[in-house]
Amino acid sequence: MTINYLGSISADDLPAIFTKFFLEPVSVGFPSPANDYLESPIDLNQYLIKNGAATFLIRVSGDSMIHANIGDQAILIVDRSIKPKHGSIVVASLDGEFVCKRLQLRPRLCLLPENPKYEPIYVQHGQDLDIMGTVTAAINKFE
Amino acid sequence: MNLLALVDCDNFYASCERLFRPDLRKKPIVVLSNNDGCVIARSKEAKAMGIKMGVPWFQIKKAYLAKGGQVFSSNFALYGDLSNRVMHVLEGMVNNIEIYSIDEAFLDLHHIQNSNHAYEFGIHCRNIVDQWVGIPVRIGIGPTKTLAKIASHVAKKKVGGTGVFCLHESLQIEHVLKHLPINEIWGIGRNLSRRLNDLSIYSSYDLMKMDTRLIRSKFSVVLERTVRELRGEQCLAVQNDREPKKQIIVSRSFRERTGDFNQLKPLISNFAVRAGEKLRHEGQKCSQVSVLIATSPFSKQAQYRGFHSIQFSNPVNDTRSILAGANQALQDCFRQGYAYAKAGVLLNQFSHSSVIQRSLFNDLHQSFYQKQNEDLMRCIDLMNAEGVQVYYASQCPGQALPMNKKMMSPKYTTSWLELPTAK
Repeated sequence: MTINYLGSISADDLPAIFTKFFLEPVSVGFPSPANDYLESPIDLNQYLIKNGAATFLIRVSGDSMIHANIGDQAILIVDRSIKPKHGSIVVASLDGEFVCKRLQLRPRLCLLPENPKYEPIYVQHGQDLDIMGTVTAAINKFE
Repeated sequence: MNLLALVDCDNFYASCERLFRPDLRKKPIVVLSNNDGCVIARSKEAKAMGIKMGVPWFQIKKAYLAKGGQVFSSNFALYGDLSNRVMHVLEGMVNNIEIYSIDEAFLDLHHIQNSNHAYEFGIHCRNIVDQWVGIPVRIGIGPTKTLAKIASHVAKKKVGGTGVFCLHESLQIEHVLKHLPINEIWGIGRNLSRRLNDLSIYSSYDLMKMDTRLIRSKFSVVLERTVRELRGEQCLAVQNDREPKKQIIVSRSFRERTGDFNQLKPLISNFAVRAGEKLRHEGQKCSQVSVLIATSPFSKQAQYRGFHSIQFSNPVNDTRSILAGANQALQDCFRQGYAYAKAGVLLNQFSHSSVIQRSLFNDLHQSFYQKQNEDLMRCIDLMNAEGVQVYYASQCPGQALPMNKKMMSPKYTTSWLELPTAK
């Protein structure tokens, strides 16, 4: 068998998870009294995603939805299985481009921005509009 | 009647490419094989332009692009994720499902007795997959797998249809089979259809009417089963536990030919490393590693195809052993003076990794280190999966021929850096 030299590794170079699994000595003392009460840590997926197969993440570019608390570069959680209603925030494809806007069905079909700097988009006859899905949450990162 | 359904994603790779590119609706799309060699998928529009499956990209490139065609390098991260989503949705709809390939699955519909209900279920299923994942599917329903496959074929051919076809009444089955050439039947290839044609069997109906004993004695049990399935006798059940893989192949063809051993070696090492990862992922060990190198069949230069296998005394799943074997095999089959265009590593003769088969001469020393070696492999696999690239020396990172994937779309669903954007 040939042994290929991989170089040496130090604990500082490894992500925390490996340090935990492979470099920590195994202690054989008194078992932790918390062992019987172990619960899994809080999982953000569980909070944010109801239907994984139908959920897609989309990044926002621009500030047209800033008053709906969706900033530039926010990540949208888009669930395709939720039927959009009047007033839902949706991701739609309009003339070959994705847009995130509030859906208005009455009195006239319209995509409303949430920033007075932008004009509402009234969908004209012959324009290609396709609702991709309903936005159920947005993640804004501050740091 | 016990019915089952075949769900088949329409032009799957092309549909995937279109999902996050609404501007490509109704545009012709082709997807190329690894290294942009040849066409492996076509949208409906590309098919209508006369682009054939498997045609080398360089042959059609100019004319296709001039007509406004779109082209993509294959993006298996995207296709794999979307396939998982489709299968997940289907798994939620029936109890028993067999994932047959990346874009096909058989569903057991035994809970639906009435064929009208089966048809309605098909429509529902198609709508849900389209709504939730955004991938169009067609659905063929029938009493056997072979007939369900034919029904899906009918659904595809029907212009302006619902994408769902249920094949269950005997008169209707007869009618469809009379118009279906035998090479369209599941599992009947070109050679077999030629041999059947020699016996004046042309349509699927002709085949269905054949004596099963004659078919078995002249051909095989497999073909006899096909005949029975055409008659509506269920011979193949929907199996959700697929047999484990029996072979792992990692191979590529590369645009830039090379006759240099020192360029081929890191390439083979890369394939061996990838094959080793796949092997451990399957929970298997292999007893044989083979290397294939070949010149291009499209080239006018001298042709050569080299193949050599190395046998291990004990089943292995350690990349270092696989690398040693692959490098030895490469040395054995390499010939000077050829312009190689394709190379590959094959792993064979699998046994389950928990089964330890000690050879007579297996020394204690080796088994002592076995645990450590397994841990090392697990650690390296984890690190590579997390994006911390660990290389083996013979891979010569940076020196290997880069893969040609110039036209790959973003990994929209599997990478934070490549998410689709909305304004």
